[in-house]
Amino acid sequence: MITVKDLSVTFQNSGRSIHAVRGVSFDVAPGETFGIVGESGSGKSTVLKAIAGIIASSSSALEVDGRSAAKRRSREERRLMQFVFQDPYASLHPRQTVDDILREPLIIHGIANLDEKVSAAIADVGLSPQHRFRYPHQLSGGQRQRVAIARALILRPPILLLDEPTSALDVSVQAEILNLLSKLRRSYSLTSILVSHDLGVVAHLCNRIAIMQLGRVVEVVRAGDLRVGAVSQAYTRELIAASRGFTRAVT
Amino acid sequence: MSGNLTQWLMSEAPASRRQAVLGNAWRGLLAIVFNPAALAGLCIVAVLVLMAIFAPQLAGGISPIEQNLASRLAPPSAEHWFGTDELGRDIYARTLHGARVTLTIVMLVSVVVAPVGLAVGTFAGYLGGWIDAVLMRITDIFLAFPRLVLALAFAAALGPGIENAVIAISLTAWPPYARIARSETVTIAKSDFILAVVMQGASTWRVLFKHIVPLCLSSVIVRLTLDMAGIILTAAGLGFLGLGAQPPSAEWGAMVSAGRDVILDQWWVATIPGIAIFIVSLGFNLLGDGLRDVFDPKSS
Amino acid sequence: MSAPLLTVEDLNVSFPGRGGITRAVRNASFTLGRERLGIVGESGSGKSTTGRALLGLISHPGVVTAKTMRFGSDDLLACTESDWQQLRGRRMSMVMQDPKYSLNPVRKIGQQIGETCRLHLGSSRKDAEQRTLAMLEAVKIRNPDMVYHLYPHQLSGGMGQRAMIAMMLVAEPDFLIADEPTSALDVTVQNEVLRILDDLVRDRGMGLIFISHNLTIVSSFCDRVLIMYGGKIVEECAAKDLHKARHPYTRALIAAAPSLDVQRAELATVTRDPEWLL
Repeated sequence: MITVKDLSVTFQNSGRSIHAVRGVSFDVAPGETFGIVGESGSGKSTVLKAIAGIIASSSSALEVDGRSAAKRRSREERRLMQFVFQDPYASLHPRQTVDDILREPLIIHGIANLDEKVSAAIADVGLSPQHRFRYPHQLSGGQRQRVAIARALILRPPILLLDEPTSALDVSVQAEILNLLSKLRRSYSLTSILVSHDLGVVAHLCNRIAIMQLGRVVEVVRAGDLRVGAVSQAYTRELIAASRGFTRAVT
Repeated sequence: MSGNLTQWLMSEAPASRRQAVLGNAWRGLLAIVFNPAALAGLCIVAVLVLMAIFAPQLAGGISPIEQNLASRLAPPSAEHWFGTDELGRDIYARTLHGARVTLTIVMLVSVVVAPVGLAVGTFAGYLGGWIDAVLMRITDIFLAFPRLVLALAFAAALGPGIENAVIAISLTAWPPYARIARSETVTIAKSDFILAVVMQGASTWRVLFKHIVPLCLSSVIVRLTLDMAGIILTAAGLGFLGLGAQPPSAEWGAMVSAGRDVILDQWWVATIPGIAIFIVSLGFNLLGDGLRDVFDPKSS
Repeated sequence: MSAPLLTVEDLNVSFPGRGGITRAVRNASFTLGRERLGIVGESGSGKSTTGRALLGLISHPGVVTAKTMRFGSDDLLACTESDWQQLRGRRMSMVMQDPKYSLNPVRKIGQQIGETCRLHLGSSRKDAEQRTLAMLEAVKIRNPDMVYHLYPHQLSGGMGQRAMIAMMLVAEPDFLIADEPTSALDVTVQNEVLRILDDLVRDRGMGLIFISHNLTIVSSFCDRVLIMYGGKIVEECAAKDLHKARHPYTRALIAAAPSLDVQRAELATVTRDPEWLL
């Protein structure tokens, strides 16, 4: 479904070039959930944004749904994939109601039956009709993230890109959102890429996981192997150990 | 009934888009009303508008330009509440009609300045690159003109009058708006909710007008309201110099100017329009501060 | 254990608002010895407010009441603002989540830490510098001489947090509150910072209140844990027995967190019971 080959991203910062992503390659099969895990500065979110086409990148191949993804995406190409951002407080327009926010993609793509589609999308993500005309500031963090997911899925894209969708949420809300994502993934047979710093979250939701460090993919492992620690790289082991909590013993 | 309406407006779960929009506006209005300074500003501006609309009625049929040399420079009395000027015209009627001139200038300037500043600023901020560079350098050039001197030059070249005063004020007033709009746009354009609409395939125009401009609008309105005082003062200044509204039309600046010669003996001629300028400027300033508090997202 | 360092009985913190009074902390009672006490809860549970109340940092219009609030021999309820200023920094201290907001951006790290010494310990300039360098070394900063002359923005997140800890501990307080001290850090750095905190607490015999939303970290780092929900302490248990917790909220929280060790088809969600707040 998605093929990434030798993806590199370079930022220019006051005359210096910073190589945020260096030669990253992987494939995502249809219906698969692919995880990318790493610490801050590892380039994990940058990879996701490059695939989404919202930042410039270079690669020997970037294919989506069998077609090469152009640098400038057409409206139709945009419809193939949608994005869910990390911060539910920054990803919704502060002066638009939930209804406005969900209507917008439908209007852009000239889709009919707006009302019906919007109320279906609201029900789909577990919000009630009374949330429909609220402004983002009248919603909780979890409800906002549900709106963001509804907005991403209202165009029925085959691919969903998730950038730390639960890291700004409380554990109990995170559980609800992760359950919702699993449910939606099944009902719409979505292919998705999930970026997170939390090994527990990726292992829960993903089939395969790429571990990134300093702009490179260190290794790609199956979720089951990650759980039992069947990994080949020292860095991955370090991450696993760290995610199990604090160890008092001196290493 | 009114209880029901309030409940409907304040509902946390509006049932229609109209209710949501009205509810939001209602909360904004409440925020202004519960802020004493802003409420005072709002009242002053409302009184100004009412004065301008109902000037003839409020003046009780006294014409602002009718001269009566027999009773010139009469002090305030039951007949002439604010006295008369050097041509025997009723200052009360003239002050009321002066509100019309002031309001006209204020409205014309806003109509020109806000859209131009907003358009230049959001274009520059969102499109970036050379468009940004060119637009902002043009802005800098206009910002470098001294307002009153340019206005004087305009009046001298095109002849004095309200229209030319408005053109002169507008030409020098828009650049700060472009700057505000640009800096806001630069921040907004990077935010996730704009990226989200871009990802949905929205065109540049759609992103600009439907998503960015509404967010810049509030700070532009606040700035405009705060600037009103300055615009009124500039207009009055031009009037005072004889380059704004022309006689016999009643304009506060020109009225102050006319009273200048007699300020020690007949104080009311210059003072009454002076007080009007002062109160209206203060009103716009208070209202602007109040609006800033209401629009500031951090306050919620 | 000898007499506790800190005794709190029936602590209440409330904030009057437009829609009535918000009770951020309700009847919280606990003691702290020279140990690591964890306070866990979700946002709005009152865990940070509790920490702030202990440092006298609840500002108007918040109201703090308690039956007892003793720190050593001091009655915290009777403290005036100047008493608090004497206590804070010198005998009690706080490390916050993000060093970016707690360090002065226009002053060098060394100057900031040195000033704390001079203010609270009355050290001379030279003595302050020595203590600062020793402290920077104690928080495992590799070249203290260089970091001494850096500005906060020149440090990475982990380094900044270490500098912050150094600043808070240089006056050798008896009691430290760490409010999500590692939440802004990467997991691998997180553990290094925790280790530093752990060593310092043990070596200097301090009492530590560790506030966090992360059950895994708290249960592996602390000795005892308080679980807060809606301003109330709903459960208190030894950290190592957290998995045996009895309160339904604690159990639900544990089950809601996706873990590497347990594979679940669906994560448990928390069904909130209004009775928990009674």
